[in-house]
Amino acid sequence: MLNLRATTVLAAVMAFGVSGGVATAAEITGAGSTFAYPILAKWAAAYKDKTGVALNYQSIGSGGGIKQIEAKTVDFGASDMPLKPAVLEKNGLIQWPVIMGGVVPVVNVPGIKAGELKLDGATLAAIYLGTITKWNDAAIAKLNPGVKLPDQTIAVVHRSDGSGTTFLFTSYLSEVSPAWKSSVGANTAVEWPVGLGGKGNEGVSNFAGQTQGSIGYVEYAYALQNKMAWVEMVNRDGALVKPAIATFQAAAANADWAHAQNFNLVLVNQPGKASWPITGATFVLMHKVQDQPAQATAALKFFDWSYANGQKMAESLDYVPMPANVVTLIENTWAADMKSADGKPVWTAAR
Amino acid sequence: MDVIERPLDTAAKRVPSGLGLDAPFRWLTRGAALLVVAALGAMLAVLVIWSWPALSRFGPAFIVSGHWNPVTEVFGASAPIAGTLITSAIAMAVGAPMAVGIAIFLNELCPYRLRGPLGVAIELLAAVPSIIYGMWGLFVVAPLFANHVYPVLITWLGPLPVVGQLFQGPPFGIGMLTAGLILAVMVLPFIASVSRQVLASVPAVLREAAYGLGATKWEVARHVLIPHARRGLIGGMMLGLGRALGETMAVTFVIGNAHRISASLLQPGTTISATLANEFTEASGDIYLSSLVALGLILSGVTFLVLLGARYMLARADRKMPT
Repeated sequence: MLNLRATTVLAAVMAFGVSGGVATAAEITGAGSTFAYPILAKWAAAYKDKTGVALNYQSIGSGGGIKQIEAKTVDFGASDMPLKPAVLEKNGLIQWPVIMGGVVPVVNVPGIKAGELKLDGATLAAIYLGTITKWNDAAIAKLNPGVKLPDQTIAVVHRSDGSGTTFLFTSYLSEVSPAWKSSVGANTAVEWPVGLGGKGNEGVSNFAGQTQGSIGYVEYAYALQNKMAWVEMVNRDGALVKPAIATFQAAAANADWAHAQNFNLVLVNQPGKASWPITGATFVLMHKVQDQPAQATAALKFFDWSYANGQKMAESLDYVPMPANVVTLIENTWAADMKSADGKPVWTAAR
Repeated sequence: MDVIERPLDTAAKRVPSGLGLDAPFRWLTRGAALLVVAALGAMLAVLVIWSWPALSRFGPAFIVSGHWNPVTEVFGASAPIAGTLITSAIAMAVGAPMAVGIAIFLNELCPYRLRGPLGVAIELLAAVPSIIYGMWGLFVVAPLFANHVYPVLITWLGPLPVVGQLFQGPPFGIGMLTAGLILAVMVLPFIASVSRQVLASVPAVLREAAYGLGATKWEVARHVLIPHARRGLIGGMMLGLGRALGETMAVTFVIGNAHRISASLLQPGTTISATLANEFTEASGDIYLSSLVALGLILSGVTFLVLLGARYMLARADRKMPT
């Protein structure tokens, strides 16, 4: 009897030891960002076909994702807003970027087609502050010589729900406009000085679509799929850029991930002639000390596989995959910072 | 056959076989009733506890202030409270008379053959999910209003003194008025259905006596039916108001979701339930979340006050005009 029990314990210890190295989890759980949900779902489906390991991801919003990972009810959280180092430290979390995308201003002005209108950051901020109220304002006319601008009130449209898209957009306006920074600021939801709020990308695109003289902002994929009249932007280097995967990638390539503590980097207003100014990333959050190392390893394996094999899928959904050099940085962070409860590293496989 | 042969009085004296179940049955029903009270109490307790951080931090300013700023974490609820009250008021002002009119028409004036189909059609309005009303409002009503209704209101009513303030600004097609009118359609079937029932319960003798005295249909409706049924009519309106105050999805689609109080009914605003639906998922920070829960507490309070006020008015009406 005693002998049998000892054997059972020994077997359990051995099983635990093995599972620390080799993942045996059948399901990874995650929660958070709705922005990253389509690509995570696509990767997960492909990953399940390959390995049999499923991902259960609840797209409940970044705020909810942060709460869930703090409460340890999921293996990872996903947030469009990077957490500050102090907050990460307090909750024992590490974060890294998983996917990037762009936010695009869209307009509905009679006679103006996609790409015909050009704006710079200061003018965009003034429109959203309510200091520019007419389409034929001198500031807009100066950027658009030869474009016929109507004498029409600008209907400003913004997101009414808290959103990573709003965080990127307001971060950009804060970067380029001191007035915006001091009176409104950047967050997933802000106190909008003017305009009407639509729920979700579809709400914004609908208001913008049916209200003449409107301006709004949506994720790039959304603007493309709905054939909305997007705007060309003047970037930090003074160059006119179109929203496209290439210009998002240019912004990402110029980003200095290596020197950003905890990858705490918002990609808006990046330098470089080809950089799209409103680009951002979704961040994955996991605990530094893992009570269930097997689950953590399974999650990391999924991200590793997705970084290596998911680029085409990401581009098909108009996302920007992380560049290889950044992936190396990320995986080094996994190896250095994430440990099981007894101090063993959770991530050992090198690519 | 032996049932008939048995004398009747033995059957009456027999101890009912279900007597043993009586006590458990009483406890079961009492338990169900108490559970509802307990659930209500527990809900209120949670609302108060969760909203306490925000309420203690902002104090009365939470209700008075119109600033709702997630960046600086300063929250004031006056815009959503005002929006809730204004949209519900529009809904009742438009919906309630229309619903009572429909009920009178269906019960008194409508050709008998049409009563069934028309009644079912009105009641089917209640079966439409609120998200459908929202989409209908956003895709159909809002563009229609933006192009044809709001511009007319702005041109004709906007320049008027005092009243004109309610109809000014650019014609977005979404705002307080649209939300209120959608709500009016949504509360219509509730009020109409209750009104039909209470009007039908008016004794036929009263009606016949009035017609016998030579009263017209209008006079019968105005002086006999409505006074006799007013208690039930107000009850139906309270049901409708309850729905209007708490309605979420349909309003969120068409109100414009802006944390501002405008004098104009044509401008975007927000309601308590729309704010909760919009911001709960992404509310980061404890004070933000607590402020949203406090909004929920206020909505419960507003609904409670409305019901209390309606009951008080009902009681007063009863004393003035005994039936």
